[in-house]
Amino acid sequence: MIWITGLLVVVMLLAALAVIFFNNHVAAVAAASVVSLALSVLFLLLKAPDVAMTEAAVGAGLSSLILALALRRLGLTQTGAASATDEREKNR
Amino acid sequence: MSMVFDLQWILYTGAIGLIAIGLVGIIWSRHLFRIILSLAIAEAGANLMLVIAGYRLHGHAPIMVAGVWPEQMVDPVPQAMVLTAIVIGVGIQALALSLAIRVKEAYHSLDIDEIRAAMQADIDAQAGVTGDLSQEEPSGREVIGPTVAAEEGRS
Repeated sequence: MIWITGLLVVVMLLAALAVIFFNNHVAAVAAASVVSLALSVLFLLLKAPDVAMTEAAVGAGLSSLILALALRRLGLTQTGAASATDEREKNR
Repeated sequence: MSMVFDLQWILYTGAIGLIAIGLVGIIWSRHLFRIILSLAIAEAGANLMLVIAGYRLHGHAPIMVAGVWPEQMVDPVPQAMVLTAIVIGVGIQALALSLAIRVKEAYHSLDIDEIRAAMQADIDAQAGVTGDLSQEEPSGREVIGPTVAAEEGRS
């Protein structure tokens, strides 16, 4: 119990630091999702299964979806060559 | 007894660390999207802190099953509050992202220094102030704000 809790806390804090220090915005969103996922397992260990379920579904799932859609609208997805969608967004 | 102290120490380190990292990110980031992400991190830390406050060592999950009495369960009230706070947090995040999209459409930038300079230029242009010409005295006739000048120009 104590070892897995410590491991989860370390993973969570490292992912939170990665959110601040990563330059790539897609990687920052992925790191925020890792924070939510580790937090949901931590909630399960703290005997809060309903909160863990909500955190995994809403915090890690829906929040990442919203962030990814906003990244596309903001034009911050720098993952190589510009796709057709990026060109259309740019010309609009 | 040492194990009890260690577990609580680790948990509080995680919660306070998340809040501290989130606040540092909000203060030190220069990019609007990174500020929104840091806000989400700080929210997660606050939620963890509330769940820790209701935790009881060797307690059961607050679900009524045979053989488990309410005295043996962890406190379910902070868990209900955190359940609400998670959903509200995602709502706040969606609102902040929509505002960031509007800012990007209006000023074509997400750097807060550039946005602040552009907003200041807009306010100055509406108030009839011609920029920072002097450090000692106000450079324009109207220094109150944009609304007074806008009303005068309209009438």
